[in-house]
Amino acid sequence: MSEVQLHKTPLHALHLELGARMVPFAGYDMPVQYPLGVLKEHQHTRAQAGLFDVSHMGQIRLSGSAAAQALETLVPVDIIDLPVGMQRYAMFTNDAGGILDDLMVANLGNDELLLVVNAACKEQDLAHLRQHLEGQCEIQPLFTERALLALQGPAAVTVLARLTPEVASMTFMQFRAVKLLGLDCYVSRSGYTGEDGYEISVPAEGAELLARRLLQEPEVQAIGLGARDSLRLEAGLCLYGHDMDSTTTPIEASLLWAISKVRRADGERAGGFPGAEQIFAQQHQGVARKRVGLLPQERTPVREGAEIVDASGKVVGKVCSGGFGPTLGAPLAMGYVDLAHTALDTPLNAVVRGKNVPLKVSKMPFVAPRYYRG
Amino acid sequence: MSELRFTEDHEWLRSEADGSVTVGITAFAQNALGDVVYVQLPELQHYEQGAEASTVESVKAASGVYMPLTGEVLEVNQQLAENPELVNEDPLGAGWFFRFQPADADAVAKLLDQDAYDRLIKANADA
Repeated sequence: MSEVQLHKTPLHALHLELGARMVPFAGYDMPVQYPLGVLKEHQHTRAQAGLFDVSHMGQIRLSGSAAAQALETLVPVDIIDLPVGMQRYAMFTNDAGGILDDLMVANLGNDELLLVVNAACKEQDLAHLRQHLEGQCEIQPLFTERALLALQGPAAVTVLARLTPEVASMTFMQFRAVKLLGLDCYVSRSGYTGEDGYEISVPAEGAELLARRLLQEPEVQAIGLGARDSLRLEAGLCLYGHDMDSTTTPIEASLLWAISKVRRADGERAGGFPGAEQIFAQQHQGVARKRVGLLPQERTPVREGAEIVDASGKVVGKVCSGGFGPTLGAPLAMGYVDLAHTALDTPLNAVVRGKNVPLKVSKMPFVAPRYYRG
Repeated sequence: MSELRFTEDHEWLRSEADGSVTVGITAFAQNALGDVVYVQLPELQHYEQGAEASTVESVKAASGVYMPLTGEVLEVNQQLAENPELVNEDPLGAGWFFRFQPADADAVAKLLDQDAYDRLIKANADA
């Protein structure tokens, strides 16, 4: 048995009751799968609706009239003009332009922002915020106060609208304070599966009540981290610590789209975040390597850490995430590859158990997203 | 049908009438692996006991399947190439991996019998 005491989310007992297989993840005892199994959980989410416990992620509230301005000094993203009731993807950068964490930022109105950060990074993120923003805004971690549920899939809207009809009219990345079963929740129309759906921030003490209510709906199945990983991989979405980290910049990670226009070199509020010069230089001069999608041309899954070689056998990259895509019906991967080999359809090989598995550089997402844009 | 024998690596073996031995992974093993998405089958060749003859890939990870006894692989289950889920659905039947000719015909009987294997599983579960 492990000596390390794992944290538990407010849904821990429910996971056990549902027969989940639990694994340690980012310091938490989390469900990797339920009796249905990863493949069927994945398919169920794409066909109907899946309920995910993502309460291990960190929620942090920033408040004060200068909160948006202050946060902009840490992220290459437009926070000042983020409309009330909207959420945006962002990342904390370091002085070298590397990614310290990726996060969601929502504008709650009343000079309040709600941040959702990765579980493994949350203490470090909190320290980072305190170090740089103390005195400019209030920084309130909600790590134990609030749980986070994700309801994902084409039936998510039908299911959640049964609890409160107002969520049906929300569009992708909209954010709203709503009462669900009398609980003060924050709902965003977003997620990390490529499907339409919602993320629901709920007071920790009400999380189990809400989860049980949602699981009573015939369309809803509890989904573990295993399927969450294959769903996000098919959607081409990065997993922090695997597909990017403090040694990769947003340009290398192919996340230029997430750098707001006003914060770019030619923008009205250019720079002003850590590593801006390095990131702008890379944008201008190009990078040595980039994250690309990779499709194995055989059924062999190609996994994280596999070396990527060109036709001559020279190492030109490394796989950062890989596995089997149940919706794609085939293996899929992402990797960092030397720039000369990043063009679409470039043939490459991954070395798996000493043998070459042919790959093709592919566009991402691998499975078309179905976000609801109204 | 002859009774099954087992290895500590959670493989099952069944002696066939012609002296060859069919190999697969146990229900316990497939359950632990989760959904199987790919099986790399062995070559039709000689393998030493303990050699990694085959690899089974689940949605979670790749795991080696080791040659339970020294011998020559005679046949592989081609069905698994297109339908790897057979390993989950019918691990002791349609989900077999390969058939081989053991170098020592008496070696199979010395492996774990059903009772010994069940005790091993129970010990693992209690650990």
